[in-house]
Amino acid sequence: MAPSALRPLQTAAILIAILLVISLLATTVPPALQRTVVEAMIKLVVVVGLFIFVGNSGIFSFGHVAFMSLGAYSSAILTLAPARKGALLDLPGIVEAIQLPWPIAMLIVLAGVGVVAFLVGWPLARLRGIAPSMATFALLIIVYVVASNWQQVTGGRQALVGLPRYTNLWVAFGGASLAILVAAIYGLTRHSLLLRCARENEVAAAATGIDISRERLIAFVISAMVVAMGGMLFSHFIGTITANTFYLDLTFVTLTMLVVGGMRSLTGAFVGVVLVSTVSELLRTIERGFDIGGIAISAPPGLQEIVLAALLLIILVLRPSGLLGDMEIGWPRKRQPAAAPAKS
Amino acid sequence: MIFLQNAIDAISLGAIYALAALGIGLIFSIMRLINFAHGELIMVGGFSLFTLSGQPLLVMMLGAIMVVTLLALGMERVAFRPLRKASPSTLLISSFAVSYFVQHIVLLVFGSRAIGVSFLSELGTAIEFGGLRIPLLQIVTIIVTLLLMGGLVAFFKFSRIGLQMRAAAEDFTMARLVGVRANRVIAFAFAISGVLATMVSIYLVAQTGSVSYKMGVSIVLIAFVASVIGGMGSVAGAALGGFLVGVVSVSLQAYLPVELRPYRDAFVFLIFILFLLWRPDGLLASKANRERV
Repeated sequence: MAPSALRPLQTAAILIAILLVISLLATTVPPALQRTVVEAMIKLVVVVGLFIFVGNSGIFSFGHVAFMSLGAYSSAILTLAPARKGALLDLPGIVEAIQLPWPIAMLIVLAGVGVVAFLVGWPLARLRGIAPSMATFALLIIVYVVASNWQQVTGGRQALVGLPRYTNLWVAFGGASLAILVAAIYGLTRHSLLLRCARENEVAAAATGIDISRERLIAFVISAMVVAMGGMLFSHFIGTITANTFYLDLTFVTLTMLVVGGMRSLTGAFVGVVLVSTVSELLRTIERGFDIGGIAISAPPGLQEIVLAALLLIILVLRPSGLLGDMEIGWPRKRQPAAAPAKS
Repeated sequence: MIFLQNAIDAISLGAIYALAALGIGLIFSIMRLINFAHGELIMVGGFSLFTLSGQPLLVMMLGAIMVVTLLALGMERVAFRPLRKASPSTLLISSFAVSYFVQHIVLLVFGSRAIGVSFLSELGTAIEFGGLRIPLLQIVTIIVTLLLMGGLVAFFKFSRIGLQMRAAAEDFTMARLVGVRANRVIAFAFAISGVLATMVSIYLVAQTGSVSYKMGVSIVLIAFVASVIGGMGSVAGAALGGFLVGVVSVSLQAYLPVELRPYRDAFVFLIFILFLLWRPDGLLASKANRERV
């Protein structure tokens, strides 16, 4: 394999190295800030998962948060203590009695989400134009409505509390690194190349014999699984789940992260998460209020969302392909080849 | 008798969905934008009515129409005009951002709680009619919707700008080549969608008696479905889709087993996905909607 073909792995290595540095730095900061870093890394898992599908296929998905929800609830049911499940939910006996260590629960849930994503993605992958995006919207709403009403299994409108909170800094780091590796390895395969061909020109791709539906489905399943992992890390970080958590707000934030950084590049997804998380954290500090020379200043709630929406709009208008566009970070090359290979 | 009652419910709900879907369908037919922020037009209409409450009815309504139309034009100018050549997905994301932006401005100003508004509460009374109890609001809704649609049809058929809008919906580039002014046509479309949105706000506020910054979201999602079912790019399709979704919602509400009723919206959207598989282009697909190669 030519060295340039392995570039996605270089990108992944560099991004993971940067993450490692951030994590090491985060061990020295106050707990509140460290929590922000952990949350950002979990969002990174989700955004990278989203990137695997959206970036390669060019189809916006508004429904991936549904897989977070699915992952979070399934994992909660497998890991909650039976007594608590008895109090909160109304599950069949065997399911109620079960309590698994979290890594095993995670593997089971990932496999389950993979199957669900396959079943859901099979019809979605057959749609063309703007229709698949609309269908993912429908998916989000269906999962939301079910999660907020299925009292026996999800607790309905009540929050599901008392999840084992295993997500710490290093678990989040591990999850984020894994997500980046999966995205990079997928980027090496012919499937991602074929899908990107279809993204550039659907008709030409179909004419050269690419089975667009199949390639979309493959990316959809992988990305749904990564996003579900993000959902699990998130719920086991917060310790509680509500159906509202996994709805339009989270969809908006994750899509903003992806679009701002550049939805066609893994590095872009990374940059988007870092940038949006930093801006959010700054604004949250302002919303909480602070003192300047004895004068308390605090911004009204809602400011954070307004600034994020404005940021997204400005990026869309000025740099529609995101801050990084198609660029990926990699080893500096000694010499640019005369004819640059087609970029991803 | 219950059937007849349900039928009237379905038609009046369908009328509202049709009005909302028309606003979305009209914009889509001309500039391929699925305007998620249409819900925010409806919401701002509601808050305008709230702000003007106490004024004479006509002032309230005209004031709301004015505010919403200006907002619609402003959105187009700031967020959508620079993106006119972008892909439909980018436009959709952009409208998502606009929607979020407007929502949180309203949240900032009015707070997150629903606020009660007494507005047209006299329409809540029901009239007895041969054993049926029909709220006055439903009757007014159906009549107003029919009048508005008739007006729109006449506008598209007989006015010059209406003709230009139809031409732009058919083939935007070609329409421009023969002298249709893009900015004018698009601005007009946004203005009309603003008026339509205000009608929906008037209905919603009269019906629920309250406004909240999230009030536009659920109706715009339904309107999406309606306009896609009808056929994106076809204005008549949007109206048809709206009525269909109304009928489906009311039927599900009426005939689903009681324990499944809370999941009504999930069923609506599930049916929507199945429908997309059957007819991805909707019932009345416009010919111009297909991408040419």
